[in-house]
Amino acid sequence: MNPSSATTTEAATPESAITKPTLLRIRNVAKSFGRNLVLRDISLNVAEGEFLTILGESGSGKTTLLRIVAGFESATSGELWMGKERLDSQSPYRRRVNTVFQNYALFPHLTVEENVAYGLRVAKRPPQEIQQRVAEALDKVKMTAHATKKPSKISGGQQQRVALARALVNRPELLLLDEPLSALDANLRRQMQVELKSLQREVGIAFLFVTHDQEEAMVMSDRIALLRSGELEQVATPRRIYSHPATAYVAQFIGYTNLLKGDVRDGIVRCGTLSWPTSLPNGPALFSLRPENIRIGGVDSPPSEVRVRGHLLQRAFHGATELIRVECSNGLVLTARTQSADSKTSELELAFSPEQAIPVRESPERS
Amino acid sequence: MFSRAYKFVVTAPPLIWVSIFLLLPYFLMLCYSFWAVSPSQTIVHSWNIDNYKELLTKGVYWETLLRSMWIAVRVTLFSLSLGYPMAYFLSFYAGRKKEILYQLVIIPLWVSYLVRAYAWKTILGSDGVLNTLLQYVHLTSHPLDFLLYSPFAVVLTLTHIYTPFTFLPVYAALEHVPRNLIEASHDLGASPAQTFWKIVFPLSLPGVVAGATFAFVLSLGDFLAPLLLGGPSGIMISNIVVSLFGAAYNWPLGAAISLGMLAIVISLLFFSERLEKKWSFS
Repeated sequence: MNPSSATTTEAATPESAITKPTLLRIRNVAKSFGRNLVLRDISLNVAEGEFLTILGESGSGKTTLLRIVAGFESATSGELWMGKERLDSQSPYRRRVNTVFQNYALFPHLTVEENVAYGLRVAKRPPQEIQQRVAEALDKVKMTAHATKKPSKISGGQQQRVALARALVNRPELLLLDEPLSALDANLRRQMQVELKSLQREVGIAFLFVTHDQEEAMVMSDRIALLRSGELEQVATPRRIYSHPATAYVAQFIGYTNLLKGDVRDGIVRCGTLSWPTSLPNGPALFSLRPENIRIGGVDSPPSEVRVRGHLLQRAFHGATELIRVECSNGLVLTARTQSADSKTSELELAFSPEQAIPVRESPERS
Repeated sequence: MFSRAYKFVVTAPPLIWVSIFLLLPYFLMLCYSFWAVSPSQTIVHSWNIDNYKELLTKGVYWETLLRSMWIAVRVTLFSLSLGYPMAYFLSFYAGRKKEILYQLVIIPLWVSYLVRAYAWKTILGSDGVLNTLLQYVHLTSHPLDFLLYSPFAVVLTLTHIYTPFTFLPVYAALEHVPRNLIEASHDLGASPAQTFWKIVFPLSLPGVVAGATFAFVLSLGDFLAPLLLGGPSGIMISNIVVSLFGAAYNWPLGAAISLGMLAIVISLLFFSERLEKKWSFS
């Protein structure tokens, strides 16, 4: 993602901006496998037509949450509501949700066409309707030319499209996607991210998308629900979650950040030799400072900015930008993002504006 | 990668074994089938095709062959209808008991064929366990004689013996059905019954074909069960071959029948392999 797009402190682009009615309500869902607690007390709403991403590392419980919504696992406690219907008491084959599986799970003995027609056939739709809807769905994912092939005869990206068509042809109210792009190589994945997003806009179906890839989540989602060790850390729009991470974990998981440990006394934060005004109450505080919010060369900086001198430790080339690690005079190491073309001496001055240091909660250790 | 000498040393023993104990006997059988028996009961090496003519024209051989095939068909159907549900249960529902149940299905294979055949004799005979019980509870007033020395007894015994042979390949096929396909099917609205008939069963077909082939081929060539439990009406084609090589002392005709059987079995194996390939989607 482009970091400069998230530099400004946004006026709250908050969840309240989503005025669409709620489609799925996940209420206090917990799940344990034996003694192993995988999800604890998850509450999350999905609005109609929304693209909501559940983001988390492997083992965070994101796939389990998706499988509970699909009906392949049952929650240990909690409820799922779809409109006025209780979802969690229904068998998976009665739920009005469809899933795109991680490895696509295409039926190997059926052709592309038959795979897509499967849901309509078992629902005993009239043959003309099936034929027409299958043709439309295949056209939508540009797979018409491969309609009569078996899944083993088409590429991974094509299988991905077929899996999508097979789910969408049933016109579900909610589509669940379990890391659908993770098996594709990087270029194809970026292309599919864009396609998937525009397809979602086009069909207007709510997507509940699971991924471990924060970049993917940022590119595609209306909102991101960040899951850590079975608990939600933050649910917000990509911009909001980037610019105002709620916890240290969120700040570190989404993009690079500098975490500054400070101490607040009478409206002043002290962090080593650095200090700036704050409205926080007295006590220890933690701040997230994005590398792109640190400027180099503090000579012409306004007096309100925090300035510090340091010397260059390391530089890493990232194409358009470069990340540099600077050791400040007080021993603090800051990472800053600069234009690659900038020439750097080993001694330099850094500056940042106090409002760019976002206070975050400490993320407690969890098993 | 390996030297020629090394390859020779490694492959020679099995090659020699197969040549001496398999190819050579087949070749001898082929020769015998074109020879004849003289009136003085010696085998004369006069090349002719009379044995094959007799085999094709005499009703008794055709009748016995057809009866044998009919028995084998029934054994195949019964052992599949027992083996498939067992394999299905084990693969999908046995959970932690899977291992032990699997062993329980396999254990009968360790018991001698003869013991199992004799066990059925004890159960089905006119003084047997079953008849005694039926009379004791006054369901029948005299022993049921169709139980033993009948095609029924042969089919029952062979079904018992060959069910594990159908179970194993079906079980292997079911174990290879990716479980997420079943989830995908449910996800698309298919009920468990629809999922079975549209997904699980078609994907298990290679195993069904392999199991059916085992049961059919093995029971078609069986001679012990009909010998012990078949009686005159339960004679199978192998019993005729055995008697031709034994008491009747007509090795040439016996060899001709054997080769005819071999031709049937080989074409069957060829056919079933084609089917398995056609239906496999790995």
